[in-house]
This record gives sequence, structure tokens and C-alpha cells, in this order.
Amino acid sequence: MTRGIGHERWNSRLGVILAVAGSAVGLGNFLRFPGQAAQYGGGAFMVAYFISLLLIGLPICWAEWTMGRHAGSRGYNSSPGVFHVFIKAGWGKYLGVIGVIIPVVIYMYYVVIEAWCLGYAVNFITGRIHFANATEAGDFFARFIGASENGLAVGFRFDQVGDYLLVVFVLNFFLIYRGVAKGIEWFCRFAMPALFVLALVILIRVLTLGTPDPSLPENNVNNGLGFMWNPEKVLVERQEAGTWTKVREVLGGPSIQEAEAAAVADPALRVRTVTIWEQLMKPQLWLAAAGQIFFSLSVGFGVILTYSSYLSRKDDVVLSGLAATSANEFCEVGLGGLITLPASVAFLGVSGIAGMSTFALGFNVLPLVFAKMPLGWVFGAVFFFLLFLAAITSSLSMLQPGIAFLEESLKIERKQSVTILGFITAVGTAFVVYFSKDLKALDTLDFWVGTFLIFILATIQIVVFAWVFGVRRGLEEASQGAVFRIPDFFVPVMKFVCPVFLIGIFILWVLVNVFGISFTGGGSEISGYVKDLFVTPHPVAWMSVALVAIFGAFVTLLVARASAYQNKPADTEETKS
Amino acid sequence: MTPGGWIVLVISVGSVTSLFLWCLWLVFTAPEEPERLHGFDTHTPDEKK
Repeated sequence: MTRGIGHERWNSRLGVILAVAGSAVGLGNFLRFPGQAAQYGGGAFMVAYFISLLLIGLPICWAEWTMGRHAGSRGYNSSPGVFHVFIKAGWGKYLGVIGVIIPVVIYMYYVVIEAWCLGYAVNFITGRIHFANATEAGDFFARFIGASENGLAVGFRFDQVGDYLLVVFVLNFFLIYRGVAKGIEWFCRFAMPALFVLALVILIRVLTLGTPDPSLPENNVNNGLGFMWNPEKVLVERQEAGTWTKVREVLGGPSIQEAEAAAVADPALRVRTVTIWEQLMKPQLWLAAAGQIFFSLSVGFGVILTYSSYLSRKDDVVLSGLAATSANEFCEVGLGGLITLPASVAFLGVSGIAGMSTFALGFNVLPLVFAKMPLGWVFGAVFFFLLFLAAITSSLSMLQPGIAFLEESLKIERKQSVTILGFITAVGTAFVVYFSKDLKALDTLDFWVGTFLIFILATIQIVVFAWVFGVRRGLEEASQGAVFRIPDFFVPVMKFVCPVFLIGIFILWVLVNVFGISFTGGGSEISGYVKDLFVTPHPVAWMSVALVAIFGAFVTLLVARASAYQNKPADTEETKS
Repeated sequence: MTPGGWIVLVISVGSVTSLFLWCLWLVFTAPEEPERLHGFDTHTPDEKK
């Protein structure tokens, strides 16, 4: 059966692995992961991180690859098509609506961040970035993204995002128009190796920084590595109203001795070592580690479902899934974990970067670090071009599910699907880039779609795979064409552990991030995202939700009316559990 | 960095690097479906087959 462009196929195993790895490797690998690992205690975080990889990341990843290939062999490439194949009931296809909404809406704001990366690379290479302090770096970033007022980012000067956004938007759609093999696979075959090489160049530069300023001996690469990887944290705490609160983290023998001397002189201060076990008892650490695995691997996005649908039944989904996962992990742990924080600590010290958000670390701290580095304009340009490559291989993957869905549901060809999706995403991106004040639109979409809906889709996917299709049958399906089988260890993991772990983490996430419940004491306060909608309604937050709702209604309407989803594939009986 | 930090670093980075290299070795050595080893498809998505 061939619907729309159902005849499209990847050209090689390496190509699809690079494409899926490119989808997974993004800004989170180089910016979010190091920040999360350092904040939650290095070694303790890594224990929770690898357990989450085993219990959530790999099972969902393999389930997605298998489901996508299974549906693809029956002529379906979109998320509604996949669920139409797997769920006997007529409503099954509607579950797939989320799998179209997520990547398309994320693309609307992710392409803006991609434009920031390109903009910073260009500004570095043209010598326009030479910050003297954090204030200058912060001011440039705020001006560049239009953080102080709506509409400020829309412009075509070097220090505005307009030019770069136009370039990346057109480039994305040009590659998508060329198709899965000639566009996405062709681009990733160059971009991914280039990304690895650029990251290695930056890594060597960072690890040879030593102590850049001899007058500040505690600011060195070794302490930067310690900040990231030490399993035990040494904290200076102050007693206030009977409770001890963290003041700062200290690293290195001289700094610890200095802090201990200060604690002896001031009874309100103490120096305390937080053990790995103490950190592992914190629910937030598990939430952070599982969340990082989840978002880093791009599971639950609906992207892998579509990408793997272009495989033939003889293609190996087990090795391909593991290879793409391992490429992502290598970039995240092996490169991201050794670049970002050591470089930042070497120039700014632990106090200069503690508690920084992902954006602040990436676009305030690192530009300042590169500005202070010899030949910083070159390394800054290389680093931000590396982030740009990581971002564009991800944004491409966000468009393909939308393209596949439009072609499948409307039975149109590439020119029409690119035009329609181009219009929809242009409206969404224009909305995000215009309502730039405090990044309200971007932030709201990221929270409700880029986090909340992803949890829901991932849970649905693993439940459908494990309980509707059946784990044993699913693993048998996965083993078709595989070099090695998925170990039996994953049978109970996929059936029981993964769904329970996922639902548990989701409930924890809702309690912490929606209801604002604190597990470290200090009461609770409803999240700003909920307040923006129901307590003190914010027009931009409501417009963001309305944008998602309108697009969701459009997708639902197409699913309801599309002839592609009216009848089950001939072998649907086989898919019953 | 403490000795514990070095241990965590070596185990973490070493394990993901080893896994990545092992996967690459399998990808490059395992036989691939022969009919797919033909280079890039010359058809554009809009062409009817």
C-alpha cells in the first residue's frame, strides 16, 4: 500500500542512525545536561541518569522504532497512522493527534533558538562579541532576543534575530522538501560528523585551559570538572531561623579550608559534606535525571515513530535504536559533560555560574567565557555553530511528522505539504518571535507542549506497545532483521517497570512543576504557568494555549475526515493483543 | 576534583564511549540489505513511481 509519499525510504542504515541521533542531539546535550548534573550532585545524578536510561530511555526508544517500522510497512508514516494500525478501536487514531502537535509546535519555537545559535556564531566570527563582564553579555542577549519588549527581536540588524531566523527557516524547509533520503539523510551525513569534530576541537581547547587567571587559582578546569562530576558536594550553609540553608558550594582544598576557617569564626556558618546517598534520597534528583534522559533521547516526541516508518522490515531497529541512543549519550556525557562547566568555572568560578538556567548558561555565561579566551572569537564561533548544527538536525526531525501527516491525510504531494506546513509554522514562529517579552510565548509552549504533552505521548506509546500489542510480540517484531535481540530483561521492564516509573515521574513532575509542591520543605506555591492561565491571566500565555488548541483542532479534523484512517489495514487482525 | 569525581567521570564517559564505539563497529561490520546499497535515490518526493 502506498499513500502520499509512502514509497520514501532511507538510503542506508548509517543514514537513518545519523538522522535519529541528529534529532536527539540538541542544545540540551551541551547546555541542559551539564547544568542538571552539577545542580543535583554529579555522581548521584549519574546513577539516577543511567538507571533512567535503562528503565525509560531504551525501552521507549525500542518501542517507538518497532511501532514506527511496523506501521510503515503497512503504508503509514504519521503518528495517527501508527495508532490506527496498533489500536483496533476507531478512537485509536485520535491518540496520534498528540504525536503531530508536539513536533510541529516545538518546531515553532525551537527554530527561534536555532536562529540565536546561528546569530551568535556570526557575531563571534565577525568580531562583534567582546564582552567585558556579565552585564554586557546579559544586555546583548536581552536585546538580541527582545526580552524587554514585544516585537524588539523582529529586525534585520546583526544584533537582531530576523536575518538568522529567515535563513534557518528557509533552510529547514528546503531540506524537508528534498525528502527523507535526499534532504534529511543527506544533510545529517555531513552535519553529524562535523558536529563531532567541532565538539572535539572545543573539548581539547577547554581541557587545556588550565588556570587562565593565576590571581584566581581556584578558577581552573580541574575545579570545573569537580563541580560537574564530584559525587560528594561540600556546602557552606548558614543558619537562619533555626534552619540551615545553602550559601554556596566550595571546591578545592584551599577554598574548603578557607570556608572551614570562616565557619569556626562565625557560629551561624557551617561546612557540610553532602554524600551521594543523601542526594539519591531526593525525589527532585530522580525527576531531573529521568526528565533529562527523556528529553535528550527525543522519546515521546512522535519523531522516531515517523523516522522509523521509512524503514523496511529487513532493517535492524534494535541496533539502529541503540546506536542512535549511544551517539546521543556520547555527545551528552562524553562531550557536553566535559566542555560547558569546566570552561565556565575556569573563567568565572563556581559562584559565577551556580544556579544558572539553560539559556543563561548558553547565551550569557559561555559567550563571556569565549570573549575572555585567547582566540575566543574563533572558538566562540565554532561552539555556536556546533550548537546550530545540533539544533537544525533536531528541527528537521520536528517537521517530518507534520509533513508525513499532511501527505497521508490529505493525499497531497511534497510541494503542497511543505506549503501548508510552512504557512502553519511561519504563523507560529512569528507569534513566538514577536511576543518575546520575558520569552513568555516560548516558555509557555515549551512547558505545556514540550514537557507536559511529551510525558502523555510517551506513556501512551509504551502502554500501547506493552499492553495492546504485547511485549513478547513486540520484541519478536523488533527482532526481525536484527543483529541481536532485545534481552529478555526488558520484558518485565517494558510491561511493568517502565509504565509505572514513567507515570510516577509524571505525577512527581505535576506535583512539583504545576502545583509547586516542595519536597525540601518551604511549603508550596502554584506554578507560574498555571497562574498565567487561571490566577492572573496573561494574554500571551492564553494566546499560546489557543494556538496549540487551534492547531490541535485542525489535526483532529483531518484525522476524522481522512480516508486513510477509515479502514484498518488488511492485517489488522494480526495486531490484536 | 576528588578521586570519587574521577571515578564517576571515567565510568560515565568510558561506558558511553565504549557503547558508542561498539555500536559503530556493529553498524559498519554487520551485513546490510543489499538492495539498499545503491547510493542516493534519484527520485524527488513529488515524482510518481
